[in-house]
Amino acid sequence: MPTTPTTEAPAATAAGSAPGGDFSDVTRSDASLRRFLHGLPGVDQVGADARAASLGTRSIKTTAKAQALDLAIRMVDLTTLEGADTDGKVRALASKAVRPDPADPTCPSVAAVCVYGDLAATARQTLGDSGVHVAAVATAFPSGRASREIKLADTRDAVAAGADEIDMVIDRGAFLSGRYLEVFEEIVAVKEACGPAHLKVIFETGELQTYDNVRRASWLAMMAGGHFIKTSTGKTQPAATLPVTMIMLEAVRDWRAATGQMVGVKPAGGIRTAKDAIKYLVTVNEVAGPDWLDPDWFRFGASTLLNDLLMQRTKMRTGRYSGPDYFTLD
Amino acid sequence: MSIFEYAPAPESRAIVDIKGSYGLFVNGEFTDGHGTPFKTVNPATEEVLAEVAEADASDVDAAVKAARKAYDKVWGPMPGRERAKYLYRIARILQERAREISVLETIDNGKPIKESRDVDVPTAAAFFFYYAGWADKLEHSGYGSTPLGVAGQVIPWNFPLLMLAWKIAPALACGNTVVLKPAETTPLTALLFAEICQQADLPPGVVNIITGAGATGETLVGHPGIDKVAFTGSTGVGKAIARTVAGSDKKITLELGGKAANIVFDDAPMDQAIEGIVNGIFFNQGHVCCAGSRLLVQESVADEVLERLKRRMSTLRLGDPLDKNTDVGAINSAAQLARIHELSDVGEAEGAGRWSPECELPANGFWFPPTVFTGVSQAHRIAREEIFGPVLSVLTFRTPSEAVEKANNTPYGLSAGIWTDKGSRILDIAGRLRAGVVWANTFNKFDPTSPFGGYKESGYGREGGRHGLAAYLKGADA
Repeated sequence: MPTTPTTEAPAATAAGSAPGGDFSDVTRSDASLRRFLHGLPGVDQVGADARAASLGTRSIKTTAKAQALDLAIRMVDLTTLEGADTDGKVRALASKAVRPDPADPTCPSVAAVCVYGDLAATARQTLGDSGVHVAAVATAFPSGRASREIKLADTRDAVAAGADEIDMVIDRGAFLSGRYLEVFEEIVAVKEACGPAHLKVIFETGELQTYDNVRRASWLAMMAGGHFIKTSTGKTQPAATLPVTMIMLEAVRDWRAATGQMVGVKPAGGIRTAKDAIKYLVTVNEVAGPDWLDPDWFRFGASTLLNDLLMQRTKMRTGRYSGPDYFTLD
Repeated sequence: MSIFEYAPAPESRAIVDIKGSYGLFVNGEFTDGHGTPFKTVNPATEEVLAEVAEADASDVDAAVKAARKAYDKVWGPMPGRERAKYLYRIARILQERAREISVLETIDNGKPIKESRDVDVPTAAAFFFYYAGWADKLEHSGYGSTPLGVAGQVIPWNFPLLMLAWKIAPALACGNTVVLKPAETTPLTALLFAEICQQADLPPGVVNIITGAGATGETLVGHPGIDKVAFTGSTGVGKAIARTVAGSDKKITLELGGKAANIVFDDAPMDQAIEGIVNGIFFNQGHVCCAGSRLLVQESVADEVLERLKRRMSTLRLGDPLDKNTDVGAINSAAQLARIHELSDVGEAEGAGRWSPECELPANGFWFPPTVFTGVSQAHRIAREEIFGPVLSVLTFRTPSEAVEKANNTPYGLSAGIWTDKGSRILDIAGRLRAGVVWANTFNKFDPTSPFGGYKESGYGREGGRHGLAAYLKGADA
């Protein structure tokens, strides 16, 4: 029974969604968009929290744990987003991304390195054709408070510098004041500016606050064509939480049922331990389904998480814990 | 193989020491019974766990006499604040030995370890803590502070330790002494509780545990030396007990069967409603008197709910109850499994659509896959009779009034659930449902502060909360 049939899904359609993913009627006006988003089934916070907590009690041991740790490493977007970032720092991080554990060649690379746009070129240079992606935050990250023009320029700039993934932030002010169409159009415009690069849409769920808002933002971003929906910038507390990620996973699951398209999910910020990461993987597995257990469809936005994953991995292989000095700092 | 297959994660059973044979617990000591000993098995493997003594009439008599003596000499006269200390001590020991008790409960009952660990044992301890707090405040209960005397208590096999706590904690807090009979398929945690009474230095005779089957229970409730009968179990046995007790001075509370309606409106928080439906009927393999065994879903969302429910059911993990990732454990006994098979076959024969997720049942032990019946009408037996297994009957409704009508159209009235985002509707519907417990946007939540009990054939009397004290105090009739 644990193996879930995931491909035979359709039937379940969200309130009012058009078949085949044509949402042009919905996104025609602010009013129709609002009607649609507010017509989505509500989220009961107590129930959602309880469900997430119960997923967190799964016990993942031995072979399953070894599998989960390697998978989690492959899903990491190794991130540095500091004012103090330099070429040197990014080069070090990029080297680590390719070979997270220099002592163990069997350790997989991470999914991507995530940096500010001006450092995308440096990251690209170091990563070369390693297969590790370059993700750049754009659109006046983290606040998103700039004119549309600047946000688009920011995006184009990062893509030109070699980023193949763009992490944009939505305009939370517009979202919270109900100007959904404005948010929608901005995502569409940024996606266009991305060209061939993949687009991750950051909601900053800590600022949206309610689970109903998280679900609405998820649908909004998916309708606008985002390849990934992402919880947080990591600059606001709370950042990613398990219930919020679960609600986003429900959204991508329902989106696929309605349109046949898959959208990825990226929790970011606050996930620091291997134990936490495994809880997220369990949630992915049981809520969205095993199809999402792939770096193409699920990522962790994290920095310190990687070393804990590596330590646990070494422990699994050798039976001993090594001190933090046996793992590189960045 | 899937990318992420959960490896077995069994809880170790080394923590619990199961003896080869168990006696009765009378007057603070373990004694041999005079009946024919019986065996208790692990329903997940059919392995014999232990031989347990059967109490015959003389044993029941000895237990009642011990309880009477303890009531007259020690427990009755003891000030409430002193009784409270014992109850607090028992509660703390339950917490300290939680792991051991959980493992034993799972082995003897078949329920998943995560349920005994996260629900049964912590809630049992919570009941002792809660009623310990009442022991010295009974004059504020509204029912006076005079105990009834000796209580004869008979409990079922679905929540062996938790039902024991529901019975013993309020009885002791009010100053009564007890003779309790656990179910014959699940006596082990009650006997472990007897050890805990010794560990807590509870005066001899305050708690007596006698084991046996129906005949022992009958002898107990018919014994002239008891002042109160408390029973949780089937409606059939409940009626028999009521007949036995009729005409005597004995007080009685009965907590019997149910056929609860779980009502899902079209504006329900959908993902949480699905969780609530699953929790309502598959929690404890559906061996729950208040299980949400009838799903009433608004026609406009019926297909969507069913689709989502089936998808969710496909992720339920059935298997070794000691595995920490098991969601659905074993059926408690061969007899119960036969009953579930019988009613499910009737459901199919009467034309309802039967569905279970693909799921491999273990070769040994008693197992039944999570099952849902669609196209069920009020006339179907599976919509009327308590199945007491992981079997859900799905019915539809068009308007709120129809939902209430169908929900109430049952001889039972223990519990009900309402799923809607609209607060005013919750209040309206809850007031019109004839059920002792109504959950809104949740299901199967148990808390010591909240009274629990039924309407109609689901029994009478309340357990839990201040109301639960009424069953054990003389002033309740005043």
